[in-house]
Amino acid sequence: MKPAIFDYEVATSIEHAVRLLSSSDNSKIIAGGQSLMPIINFRLLEPSLLVDITRLPDLQGIKSTLGGGISIGASTKHHELETSLLIKERFPLISDAMKHVAHLAIRNKGTIGGSLSHADPAAELPLLMLLLDAVLHITGPTGLRKISVKEFLVGALTTILEDNEILTRIDIPSLPKRTNFAFNELSQRAGDLALCAVGVTISMSSGMLGRTKKIKDARIGLMGVNDTAIRISEAENLLIGRSSLDSSIIDQVAQICTSTISPNTDLHASADFRRHLALQMTKKTLTEAWEKAQASKTSENQNKENQSEENL
Amino acid sequence: MSFQKTITLKVNGVNYTRTVEPRLLLSDFIREDLLLTGTHVGCEHGICGACTITFNGDSIRSCLTLAVQADGAEITTVEGMGSQENMSKIQQKFQEHHALQCGFCTPGMLATCEDMVKKYPLTSEDEIRDGLSGNLCRCTGYQHIVDAVQAVVKEDKRDVS
Ligand SMILES: Cc1cc2nc3c(=O)[nH]c(=O)nc-3n(C[C@H](O)[C@H](O)[C@H](O)COP(=O)(O)OP(=O)(O)OC[C@H]3O[C@@H](n4cnc5c(N)ncnc54)[C@H](O)[C@@H]3O)c2cc1C
Ligand code: FES
Ligand code: FES
Repeated sequence: MKPAIFDYEVATSIEHAVRLLSSSDNSKIIAGGQSLMPIINFRLLEPSLLVDITRLPDLQGIKSTLGGGISIGASTKHHELETSLLIKERFPLISDAMKHVAHLAIRNKGTIGGSLSHADPAAELPLLMLLLDAVLHITGPTGLRKISVKEFLVGALTTILEDNEILTRIDIPSLPKRTNFAFNELSQRAGDLALCAVGVTISMSSGMLGRTKKIKDARIGLMGVNDTAIRISEAENLLIGRSSLDSSIIDQVAQICTSTISPNTDLHASADFRRHLALQMTKKTLTEAWEKAQASKTSENQNKENQSEENL
Repeated sequence: MSFQKTITLKVNGVNYTRTVEPRLLLSDFIREDLLLTGTHVGCEHGICGACTITFNGDSIRSCLTLAVQADGAEITTVEGMGSQENMSKIQQKFQEHHALQCGFCTPGMLATCEDMVKKYPLTSEDEIRDGLSGNLCRCTGYQHIVDAVQAVVKEDKRDVS
């Protein structure tokens, strides 16, 4: 299990990387190598040239953007996403979910750009980026294009990336105010790829002038149970505008999710078991996100009461 | 056709310059070029953790890294962790708690445990077990390894307070 012969170059700029990739029919980017190296070691892939993009400063780091969003360089490592204070503050959903991505030694090298480009149907980052409406920056010989994660993910291990294109940055716009979230994953062992994972965000309206608070924005995404990570817009639409959620709505939402996905049978689980997980885990995750939304509504009211007491 | 690249790196405090083929895995470079056979190789696809080493301060899989990617890096393998007379803290605790039998998984376990103690609070046994989930041990049943890590965490806390 040793790789076949290939050449290796370290890219010194994004343009240089694109040129190197275009210079050979069978070239491949290497980022963290945590998905590519196993494939090369097994000789499932025999590239003629590996272009290392991990030393490009333009692809590093997590930056704050106007309006409360962030922009993440494609070579940012999983462990940096897990521990970034900026991410913890603005998108705690990412910080929470990253602990499910592989093991520390893999998170120390694997990158967000690599995970999205590899597009494993059971990977966390494609689901997280889909939930957060991330915009992907892709640079190729003709320049830069920006696309949504939904357009980017074509199928299992397949994206719209051309052989000489590089995913360079991932922009995440701010979430609406008063957003709560929940994320649950089931895998056979900690760090294994997921059998099923579900993420939910719920954003409430402000309830100003004594109006009832309502769900203004809701997002439901699943992975491990479909060719790609998937958002279930029909289920999301069923939630918007509601001021309360009872168990019949939650059941209905979970049913819609379960009938939209198309899980596979593999060594780890049957399609039926995955569908069962999707149903139960959607109920659980939606309930948790809703309970958090309720709890923060109460604490907001308490804050207001405390403030008015102070004012007295 | 074969390609060659020259790399310079520091392993266990010693500088090396070597010419290698790009396809050479870092694990094989360490074992066969530098003759540091303490780094073990099990699966060569990231699953078993036996090849885990410390690379610029972080634990990584040396079987999923190319030797050419280590140009300029500082690496510590089990040979550089401590000596028989002067073991590192985690090595000491492994010995005290009988955290190894055949020793095949041990170099990778030590690198993993050292990094995990550095980066996580490890307040519960579950957290330690999750942290060990990327390293396979066919002998110990893991309990003694968990005990050794818990002992390090306990001592570190005492040192801080
Ligand atoms: C034991 C083990 C367990 C794992 N468990 C999980 C898990 O639970 N969840 C999970 O999500 N992942 C898991 N992974 C995969 C890991 O997260 C990888 O880090 C990730 O899938 C790929 O990132 P990378 O930077 O290592 O990419 P690489 O392996 O370097 O590249 C992967 C692919 O993407 C391409 N590529 C890389 N970067 C770019 C870019 N910027 N632009 C265009 N193409 C690019 C490469 O050409 C290659 O085809 C696991 C891996 C291992 C070895
Ligand atoms: S040999 Fe590297 S993880 Fe198994
Ligand atoms: S001690 Fe034998 S494999 Fe762990």
